[in-house]
Parts: sequence; C-alpha cells; structure tokens
Amino acid sequence: MRFLNFIKSFLLIDFIKAYLLAQKYFFKKKATINYPFEKGKLSPRFRGEHALRRYPSGEERCIGCKLCEAVCPAQAITIETEPKDDGTRRTTRYDIDMVKCIYCGLCEESCPVDAIVQGPNFEFTTETRKELYYTKDKLLENGDRWETVIAENLEADAKYR
Amino acid sequence: MNVLQSNFFELITIIFYCILIFVPLLVGVVLALYADRKIWAAVQKRRGPNVVGPFGLFQVPADGLKFIFKEIILPDSADKTVFLIAPIITLALSIAAWAVIPVQAGVVLANINVGILYIFAISSLGVYGILMAGWASNSKYPFFGALRSAAQMVSYEVSIGFVIVTVLMCVGSLNLSEIVLAQKNIWFFIPLFPMFIVFFISALAETNRPPFDLPEAESELVAGYQTEYSGMPFVLFLFGEYINILLMCAMTTILFLGGWLPPIDVYPLNAIPGFVWFILKVTLVFYMFAMVKAFVPRYRYDQLMRLGWKVFLPLSLLAVVLTSSILFFFKLAPGMS
Repeated sequence: MRFLNFIKSFLLIDFIKAYLLAQKYFFKKKATINYPFEKGKLSPRFRGEHALRRYPSGEERCIGCKLCEAVCPAQAITIETEPKDDGTRRTTRYDIDMVKCIYCGLCEESCPVDAIVQGPNFEFTTETRKELYYTKDKLLENGDRWETVIAENLEADAKYR
Repeated sequence: MNVLQSNFFELITIIFYCILIFVPLLVGVVLALYADRKIWAAVQKRRGPNVVGPFGLFQVPADGLKFIFKEIILPDSADKTVFLIAPIITLALSIAAWAVIPVQAGVVLANINVGILYIFAISSLGVYGILMAGWASNSKYPFFGALRSAAQMVSYEVSIGFVIVTVLMCVGSLNLSEIVLAQKNIWFFIPLFPMFIVFFISALAETNRPPFDLPEAESELVAGYQTEYSGMPFVLFLFGEYINILLMCAMTTILFLGGWLPPIDVYPLNAIPGFVWFILKVTLVFYMFAMVKAFVPRYRYDQLMRLGWKVFLPLSLLAVVLTSSILFFFKLAPGMS
C-alpha cells in the first residue's frame, strides 16, 4: 500500500487527474453572467421593492385597513387614514422605511385588496439614507411604473396561493 | 573626438536594442497578467475581466494606471532608502536576465558563451530584492514572507542547477543559442522527461507561483514581503515577478522545448519565423503555469522544504549521474565520438 502510494505520488497521478478536471471545467459554460448588461431570471414570487397598486380606473386599491402595518415584523410601515368625501376610508400617509424593511413579504400576504405588493425591482440603491424613506407618492409611482410586470407575476403565482 | 563619436553611436544602438527587448516584454507582461486572470476564471467557471476595452484587454493597463496615480505610502518605521530600492532591484534584475535570451536564430542582445550561467547568477540575485523589501519594511509579515522566500528560492535553485547540468552535458555548451541548436533532432523534453518535470515544478517555486506562493500566502501572511508596498513600488514588484515568470517560461522553452525550432523541419512549419514558434512555446508553458495556479492547493511550508531537499535534490543528482554515465558509455557526449 505504501509502495503504491509512493508510485502514485511519484508519477504525479493526482496532479494529472486534477489538470484534466480543470481542463474540463475550462471549457464548461460559465456560471456567472454579465450582470449589469445581462440579468438572471427572477421568480414571480420575488420580493423586491414595494409598490402600491391602483385599480384600472385609477383609484387607489389601499383601503387603509392597516393590516400590513400590524403584521410588519420590522415595524417599517406607518399609515394614517381619513374618510374621503364619498365616505370611503383612504390613506393620507403610507410610509415604508426601506432601511428597516426585511423584505419578508408579510405586508403583501396580509393585504386583502392586493394593494401593497413587492415588485421585481431590486436595483433601488440610493446615495442618501433619506431617499430610502419611501412615501405614499413614491410607492404609487412605483406601482404605476411596474404595474404590468406585477400584474403578470400575481397572475402567475395566483394558483399557488 | 572620433572615439567619443563611435562610442556615442554604440550607446545609442544598445539603448535601441534595450527598448526593443523592453517594450515587447512589457506588452508580454500585460498579456500574461490578463491571461493569468482569464485562465484562472475559466477554470472556476467565471468570466474574468471583460468590461474594460475589448474582451477586458485594457483591464491590466487600467490597473497599472491606477497604481501609478496612487500615493506611495512609506511606513514610519521603514528604512526608506532600502524600502524604495528593493522593488527597483527586483525589476531591474528580472529585466537584465532577458539580455541573453535568444528569440530566434541570431536574434539576441548579448550572445555570450556563458549565457546560462549569467541567467543563473541574475535569478539568484533576485532574492536580494525580496529580502531587502522584507527587512526594510520593518514589520512582521513582510519579514516572515522574505525569510520564507529566501529559503524557498535558495533550495529550489539547487535542483534547478542540477537539471541545467544534465542539459548542459547533452549540449556541451553554455551558450543558449547552441543549447537550442542542439535540439535540432530531438527536443530535450523527450529524453530528459523527468528533468523537464522537475525543472517546471522548481520554476514554479523559484518564481513564488502557486502552489509554492508561501511568501505571499494571503491567508497567513497578508501579502508577504509586498504587504507594506503601494502605488508605483508595488507595480515594480508585480512586473518584476511576472517578467521572472516569463523568463522561467522562456528558459523551459530553450532548455527543453527546442526554443525557436519548429516541431518538425518540413516546409510550411519551418517557413514561419522562429520568434513565432518561441512565443507560441512560451505561451504554452505559461498556460501550464496559470493552470497549475488554478488546480493545485498551496503547500505547507515543511512540505515545500521536504519536496525541495528530500525529493528533487536526490532525484536531480541521480539524473546527473545517470545521464553522464549513459553519455560516457555509449559515447554520446558531444566531442566524444
């Protein structure tokens, strides 16, 4: 046995094997992508940047039930509500502190009207902390911008909910 | 006056030849750095540098530019003069060795008849740059790195020396061009295959390449003797190191792979100029250097010393005895028949 080991190490058999393996991997398909130019595939369930959605009529979906605020484990959501002229309850303030948020998706889960959702966008870094305190306007703007993708994703995931 | 003029002319020619060696060498180093990173990346299924310039080719010049414009930090406790001289010595010595490397029949700056001795001497001096860097930094990691590097280079030079002796016995000359010409019939890596392997592995150790990169083992010694260096001096070290690596590739090519000679002396192959073959072979050897970096884990220090003194030294010594006996009994040695 010792003699065999000696022969093995003397003939560099392990090194030749390692070289052949490395050579095989050399020609394999790359595991990495050209990130900013080429992006990986995201699941419809991906929990990215938040967005507040609207009905096709343009009316806000959010009814100010504050379930998301209550369920949020990081207490990142702050909501204030007021009755509107037509007697419905609407939010006057809907803030998400994106610094506190842990992107758990419970707000989306708890929402009875699919108003607050987490979209597919994960590239929302900012230069200042202040810009990460999202207000209602910012969230609604997100919703308008990502609506088509978000609607597709919700539909794709609906049968598993 | 006349003497002065002719001397001046001679000086200009020599400077011109030096530039003729230095510029392709710098380009070679840039390409080697790039190829090194690319090959390493490919083995790990990564892409490597591919953003700056076409295929990321400008990544290395960009890095170089970055280093040049960076501040040179001089540690308070360092011996400033020696600290700055060390990288200059390393680079100057590694370039100096290229003076005797023949890239084609007759194309060599100094065709001296003790070429191989010259290279051996210069590459032995290379350890001084590293020792000075480690000592002058006056800091513990560089010091350990320098100690290791010195011990490593000295011990592997011994076996490299014996390997070269076996080759020299087959050639009968110390002139590098004649060593290449002696391989007209058969490249030396076929009859001297074990020596070729020993030389290759010793060359890895000699240039502090993985798996023998203990002097710069980042997991234990930060960056070894380069730890305190930044900016331009660091680039000098880096370039010196890579020029040394290319030198070792060139040495392997000249000693074992037939230098500028084509694989077989037939028409379409021997029409290609010799330096193309030379560069091709150097590239091939460098490719193996880069591959070894990618697939072999780093040696432990005692294993490194064991390999050098207990395996390679007896092996190469045995080869010297064996080769000389064969050459003697079969009357194969040059000038014996």
